[in-house]
Amino acid sequence: MRLLTWTVLAVGLIALLAVPFFPQVVYPIFVMKTFCFILFACAFNLLLGHTGILSFGHAAFFGSGAYITGYCVKYLGWPTDLGLLAGMLAAAALGVIFGALAIRRSGIYLAMITLAMAQLVYFFYLQAPFTGAEDGLQQIPRGTFLGLLDLRSDITLYYVVFGIVAAGLWVVWRTVNSPFGAVLRAIREHEPRAVSLGYPVARYKVLVFALSAGLSGLAGSMKAIIFQLAALNDAHWHMSGDVILMTLLGGMNTVFGPAAGAVLVSAMTHYLDPFGAWVTVIIGLVFMSCVLLFREGIVGKLGKILKLNTNFQTDAAPAPGRLEKSKSEG
Amino acid sequence: MDFFGIPIQAVLGQLMLGIVNGSFYAVLSLGLAIIFGVLKIVNFAHGAFFMLGAFVAFMSGRYLGIDYWAALFIAPLVVACIGIVFEYLFLRRLYGLDPIYGLLLTFSLVLVLEGGFRVAFGSSGQPYPTPELLRGVFNLGFMVLPYYRAFVIVAALSVCLATWFLIERTRLGASLRAATERPDLTQAFGINVPLLVTLTYGAGVGLAAFAGVLAAPIFHVNPSMGSNLVIIIFAVVVIGGLGSIIGAIVTGLALGIVEGFTRVFYSEFSSTIVFLVMVAVLLLRPAGLFGRTEA
Amino acid sequence: MRNARVLMTAALTSACIGLSGLSTAVANDNYSDGVVRIGVLTDMSGIYTDLSGRAAVEAVRMAVEDFGGEVNGVPIEVVHADHRNRPDVGASRAREWYDNDGVDMINDLSNSGVANAVAAVAKERRRHAIVNSSSTIGITNDYCSPYATHYTYDAYSLAQGTGKSIVDDGGDSWFFLTVDFAFGHGLERQVSEVVREAGGRVVGAARHPLDTTDFSSYALQAQASGAEIIGIASTGADAINAINALAEFGVTPNQRPAALLLWFDDVHALGLETAQGLLLTNAFYWDANDETREFSKRFYERTGRMPNMAHAGNYSSTMHYLKSVEAAGTDDPDAVSEKMRELEINDFFAQGGYIRPNGRMVHDQYMWQVKSPDASEYDYDYMELVTTIPGEEAFQPLEKSTCYLLED
Repeated sequence: MRLLTWTVLAVGLIALLAVPFFPQVVYPIFVMKTFCFILFACAFNLLLGHTGILSFGHAAFFGSGAYITGYCVKYLGWPTDLGLLAGMLAAAALGVIFGALAIRRSGIYLAMITLAMAQLVYFFYLQAPFTGAEDGLQQIPRGTFLGLLDLRSDITLYYVVFGIVAAGLWVVWRTVNSPFGAVLRAIREHEPRAVSLGYPVARYKVLVFALSAGLSGLAGSMKAIIFQLAALNDAHWHMSGDVILMTLLGGMNTVFGPAAGAVLVSAMTHYLDPFGAWVTVIIGLVFMSCVLLFREGIVGKLGKILKLNTNFQTDAAPAPGRLEKSKSEG
Repeated sequence: MDFFGIPIQAVLGQLMLGIVNGSFYAVLSLGLAIIFGVLKIVNFAHGAFFMLGAFVAFMSGRYLGIDYWAALFIAPLVVACIGIVFEYLFLRRLYGLDPIYGLLLTFSLVLVLEGGFRVAFGSSGQPYPTPELLRGVFNLGFMVLPYYRAFVIVAALSVCLATWFLIERTRLGASLRAATERPDLTQAFGINVPLLVTLTYGAGVGLAAFAGVLAAPIFHVNPSMGSNLVIIIFAVVVIGGLGSIIGAIVTGLALGIVEGFTRVFYSEFSSTIVFLVMVAVLLLRPAGLFGRTEA
Repeated sequence: MRNARVLMTAALTSACIGLSGLSTAVANDNYSDGVVRIGVLTDMSGIYTDLSGRAAVEAVRMAVEDFGGEVNGVPIEVVHADHRNRPDVGASRAREWYDNDGVDMINDLSNSGVANAVAAVAKERRRHAIVNSSSTIGITNDYCSPYATHYTYDAYSLAQGTGKSIVDDGGDSWFFLTVDFAFGHGLERQVSEVVREAGGRVVGAARHPLDTTDFSSYALQAQASGAEIIGIASTGADAINAINALAEFGVTPNQRPAALLLWFDDVHALGLETAQGLLLTNAFYWDANDETREFSKRFYERTGRMPNMAHAGNYSSTMHYLKSVEAAGTDDPDAVSEKMRELEINDFFAQGGYIRPNGRMVHDQYMWQVKSPDASEYDYDYMELVTTIPGEEAFQPLEKSTCYLLED
C-alpha cells in the first residue's frame, strides 16, 4: 500500500514537471492558475479545517496580494521577487488586523466580521486610482526572478510558480504537523480546555490568521504575475465563497484535500465552456450533489474508501462527524 | 417651498425613501432570521427566492393573465412550496451538522436558480407593470411620493407585524419557539417538530418571494436581482441579532434610512456602509442590537 | 529521486522532438495549421450575456457561412468560450487559443477589463483581437497594437453622439447619474468635456455603486439639481433601474433623460411605455434601411432575437477580417493587419468605414429616439433616427490618442 502511494505521488510529480512541454494536453497557464488556487485553498484551510475558524473574507488577502504586487512591480519598478514578498507581507499584515478584530467573536459572527472587513477592503480597491477599477491593474511586467530567471518565458515561469507553491504547501504541511498545529487542533476541538491548559489562544489564532492570509496573498501575488493583471474580482466576496467551496469539496479534514477541490473547481470553469449558458446550472448541481453525497470531501471520501492513512490525513483517526458538529457558539 | 430651504426638504425626502427601502430589507431579513432561528441554517438562497418571487409574478402575469393583486398572494405560496420541497428533499439531511454545509447547499441552489433563469429569460430582464390602481404620485410638498412606494411601506410593515404577532403571541408561535430551544422536548410533547421546521422554511422563503413581488414593478425583474442583496440581508440579520424577529425588522428599516442618507453624503459608499456598521456593532455588542447576550 | 530524474530527461527529450516535428509541419503553406480559426470570447452565462453571448457566436457563424465557409480554399472554423466576466479567465483563454489551438482572431470581447487584458495578450502574441461589445477607449490608446481593432463604438463616440447632439439641440445644463466604475467615470468625463466645449454646463453628479437597485434617492437629487438633461452613465440593469425611477418620480417629463450607453435589448426590457422619448447613440439599428432589415431578419430567424449593434459589429468585423485574409493571401497577422487597415468597409453596418493606425474603426454613428407606444407599428419597432454623427467627428481625434504606434 505504501509503495503504491509513493508510486502514485512520483508519477504525479513527473507529470506536473512535464506539463510545460505538452501544452496540447493541458495548457500550462491554466495549470499555473490552478496552482495558485491550490495554495489559496490549502492556506484557507489552515483556519477552517485545522483551527475551526470560518473566514468569509479571504478574498481580501488574495486580492491584496495581487494588487500590492502589481503596484510594486508596475509602478515602483520593484523586481518581481520583492513584489511577491511585498504582496505576501501586506496580506499577512492585513491578516493580523482581521484576526485581531475577528477572533473576539466566534462562529457565524466571526465569519460576518471578516466578510464586512473584506467588503471595506474591496471598496478601497474599487476607489483607489492605481487599480483602474473594473478595467483592472493591467500590463504588470513579469520581470526576472532573483535577477536570474527571465519570467517572460512561460516555461521558466511555470517552474518558478511550481517551486513557490510547493514551498507554500510545505509550510502548510509543516504547520499542521508541528506542535503549533497540535495546539490549533486543540483550540478547534475544545477551546476552553486549551485556554485552561495555559495556551495563549488569542495569540495563536492571530498568528494562524496571519499565516493563512500571507499564503493566500502569495497565491494572489503569483496570479498577478502570471496573468500580468490584478482585477476587482480577485477581491470580490465571490472569491471568498469560491475558496470555501474548494475547501469543502476537497475535504476540510485533510491537509491537501482543498487542493483537490481547487483542481475540481478550476477544471469545471475551464472545461465546461461548450455548455454555454448552462454552465452555472451544471456547476450548481455538481456542488449540490457533493454536499449531499460526500460531505467529507473528495479526498476525505477517497481516504475512507482506500483506508489510506498515510500523510494525506492529519489526525491518526479523525472521529467521523466530529468536525461536522456545529461549532457556532452564538 | 423654496423658502423653506433645500436641506430640510432633502432630509425629509431621503428619510421617506429610506423607509421604503427599509421595508424591503425588513421583510427579507425577517424571513432569513426566522429560518436561521429555527433551522440554524444560513439561507444563502434568500436572494434567489426573492428573485424567484418576482419571476413567478411576472410569468403568471404573462402566461396565465394573473394580475398583480392575485400574484401578491399566489407567488409567495408557489415559492413557499418550492422551498418546502427543497427543504424536504435536501436541506433536512444537513441538520445538526456544521452550518457551513447548509450555506454550501443553499449557495449551490443560487447557482442553479440564477443560471436557469438566465438561460430561460436572458440577462437583461423583463418589465412588470405597476398596477393601474397605484399609478400616480402624492405631492407631499417636500417631495413627490409615488402611490406604489407608499403601498410598499404599508404592505411590508403589515406583513412584518403579522409575522411578529404570529410568532410571539400565538400558540403556533409558542410551539415554534419551543422547538427552537429544545426540539427533543417539544417533540416529546406531541408536537411534530420536523413538520414545523419544514413549514418554517417555506414561510421564510415565502416572505422573500413576497418582497420579490413587491419589488417587481419598481426594480427590474432580472435573474441577478437578488445576488448582491443576500449579503446585505445577512448583515442586517446579524446586526439585529441572530434569530431576533423584532431585531430584523427594526434593523432593516434603520438600514434603509442609513443607506438613504449615505446616498446623499457619500454615494459611492452606500452599498458598503452596512458592513462598517456591522463591524462596529459586533465589536461593541457581541450578540447584535437585539440579540440576547450569550457567552 | 534518481529514477525521477532519468524519467524527466526522457520526457523532456521526447517532448522536444515532438515539438520540433510539429513546428516544421506548421510552417508549411501560407496558413498556419491549414485552418483560419476565429474565437468568440464572450459572456455566455453572466450579466452581459444578452448583449453578446450566444447570439454573438451566431453572428460570427453567419458571417463565416456568408463568406462561403472557406477563404482561398482554406476552411474557416469558429470556436467560442465564456470569459465569465473575469479578466484573468479571458486572458488565459485568449493565450491558450493563440498558443495552442491555432486561433487567428478573437472577436466580441464584452466587459472592458477582459477586452483590455485580451488586447494586451494579442499584442504580446502578435495575433488579432477585435473588440465589439465593450466601450473602453484603452484599446486604441494604452493597449493599442497593430493587432487590436476596436470596431463598433467606444466611450468617446457615445459622448460625442449623445452629448454633442443634445447640447446642440438646446439641452445645456446636465446632471449625471454615474455608475461608480471606471467605465462610468470615463463616460461622465467625456460627456462633460463635450458639454462644456459646446457651451453647456454640468450642474452636478451622483455616483452610485454597481448593481444599485433603488434609484429613488438619485431621482430626487436629479430633480433638485434642476438640470434640463439627466445623463445616465451606466448600462444594463443599472441604467434600466435609473430610467424607471426617473419616470416613477415624475422627473422625466420635465427633465429629459439621456442614456449614454443604452442597448437595443435594454429598450426592449424597459418597454416603450417607460422608455419613450429616450435619446441614445447606437452604431446600428435593425430597422434603419433595407440592408439592415435583410440582415436582421435572417439573424432573427436563427437566434430568435433582433440584433443589437454588437451583433451587427461581430458580423461585419468578421467579414472584414476574412476579406483581408483573402486579399493578403495569408493569415499572417502582420499582412492581415495591413490589409485590414487598407481596405474600406462597405456593408449594411458601415459605409466608407476604415481602420485608423491605432485600431479604431471609423464609421458613422447615429442618435436615436425611442418611439412612444402609439407610434410603434409592429414588433421591435422601437426607435427613429434623430441625427447622424459623421465618423470623423464621432471618434477620438488621432492627435489625442496615446497609442505608441502614432508616435513617429
